[in-house]
Amino acid sequence: MAEPTDRLPVIEVENLVTHYGRRQILNDVSLTVYQGEILVIMGGSGSGKSTLLRHLLGLHQPTAGTIRLLGKDISRLDDQAMHALRQEMGVAFQGGALFGSMTVGENVTLPLREHTELDEHTMQIMTRMKLEVVNLAGFENLMPAELSGGMLKRAALARAVIMDPKLLFFDEPSAGLDPVAAVELDELILQLRAAMKMTIVVVTHELDSAFKIADRITVLDQGRILMTGTVEEVRSSENRRIQSLLNRMPRDDAIDADEYLRRLTGYS
Amino acid sequence: MDEPSSLAMRLRPFIERLGLRSVQFVEEAGYMSSLLWHSSWWLISGYRRRQPVRLARIFREAMSMGIQAIPIISILCFSVGVMLAIQGIDTLKTFGAQAQVVLGIAVSVTREFAPLIVGILVAGRSGSAIAARIGTMLEAQEIDALRVIGIDPLRYLAAPILVAMTVMLPCLTLLGDVMGILGGAIFTGIKLQMPMQVYAQRTFDILQTFDVMQGLIKSVVFGVLIALVGLSNGFQVSGGAEGVGRATTRAVVMAISLIVIADMIFTYFMNR
Repeated sequence: MAEPTDRLPVIEVENLVTHYGRRQILNDVSLTVYQGEILVIMGGSGSGKSTLLRHLLGLHQPTAGTIRLLGKDISRLDDQAMHALRQEMGVAFQGGALFGSMTVGENVTLPLREHTELDEHTMQIMTRMKLEVVNLAGFENLMPAELSGGMLKRAALARAVIMDPKLLFFDEPSAGLDPVAAVELDELILQLRAAMKMTIVVVTHELDSAFKIADRITVLDQGRILMTGTVEEVRSSENRRIQSLLNRMPRDDAIDADEYLRRLTGYS
Repeated sequence: MDEPSSLAMRLRPFIERLGLRSVQFVEEAGYMSSLLWHSSWWLISGYRRRQPVRLARIFREAMSMGIQAIPIISILCFSVGVMLAIQGIDTLKTFGAQAQVVLGIAVSVTREFAPLIVGILVAGRSGSAIAARIGTMLEAQEIDALRVIGIDPLRYLAAPILVAMTVMLPCLTLLGDVMGILGGAIFTGIKLQMPMQVYAQRTFDILQTFDVMQGLIKSVVFGVLIALVGLSNGFQVSGGAEGVGRATTRAVVMAISLIVIADMIFTYFMNR
């Protein structure tokens, strides 16, 4: 695999192991994301991709392993340092996660209001600029409940990039959208990278979207990384799980008759 | 292994559940203490860290939880005052001491009824609203969004609610005191032809600072309880819209129960 060694690693995940209660979710995940690239984390439901994202965002403590964002080990940072680091990253959640009690404009302005001491007028202008970028100009006085699914995601994107972060995370950009809106959002992600030189991590299960925007793709399955590679490498992979994911085939796990009986009867 | 006796076998589920409940109870109490501790910490040191608890948010909470409850609290406390007057005059008639009703109303309203009515009403009105709001935000990943933006949810959501509650509940209780005594005064005035000024004068003669303070101190405790119960149920929501509904109901029942029990305990210690 031709890894671009001349570029700075922005995210370094080493041997990450995580549990939800007693259930193990991620098993020895290692991953590097380089500056300025778009990495797509792909996998079916239950593959652990959302969990991986939540750990990258520092929302959970891993059982083992380290995560370094912009060179800083996030499990060792104190509150202040983590707070500073968070201002360098933006996150667009799956359903938008806009605050329902605020207008779209107030939502987008919130990070500025909390982290900067700019005057009101400047914040307004910056908010409008970002809404312009995501094609939502003129919608700042609407409430989130009045927006469509695609508009919500774009508004969330505007909020995520309001602080001009170095790192952008995007959870399921095309989930629940019609094909046109999904393609528009993919375009938007590419434009953002070109304009703002951000490093972008996208979590998705949509193949079309992944192949369109990704520089590299990481395929997760049952808490393990199957492979990380360029679009071409993933397409031409021989791995059966990857192929079944690509060709939308059902998993054909061999059935162990004894195990099956034991599960049904409940005797161990 | 020995064959366990049938009694022990039958008791086991109960004992298991008892143990589980006890652990849950301790866990929840611990969670609430940590909520209280962290919110207070943000209140004190947030400003120094340039992440202050915003006054505007406190006012907004105080508005919805306190000011907007004024009409209903006025009506309820007024009604309680009238009710006490009716019962008081009726029972005191046996001793021919109807006029003593003033004492009964003044003391029972300020010490007990006003704080209790206010507490129960706010628990039903706002305790549920807090749990529902936080729970909905949690389910919609809004709490996660706050955290990744770098806004601590306890500073942004919990601390303002806690402050608003502890400030507004005594204020509402004071209002309840006035309305309850007013209700008593009006009914007594009609029934015993006692002029309002005389009633007011007697009330002020009887009432001591301690009576009013006792009610106010209790109401502060109730305010903290309502806020903590609402918040902790909200933050522990799981299972979508149904989970939010469950948490809301639980918050109200729990808050009211805790208020009544806390009231009993405080009353015991304050009147020894």
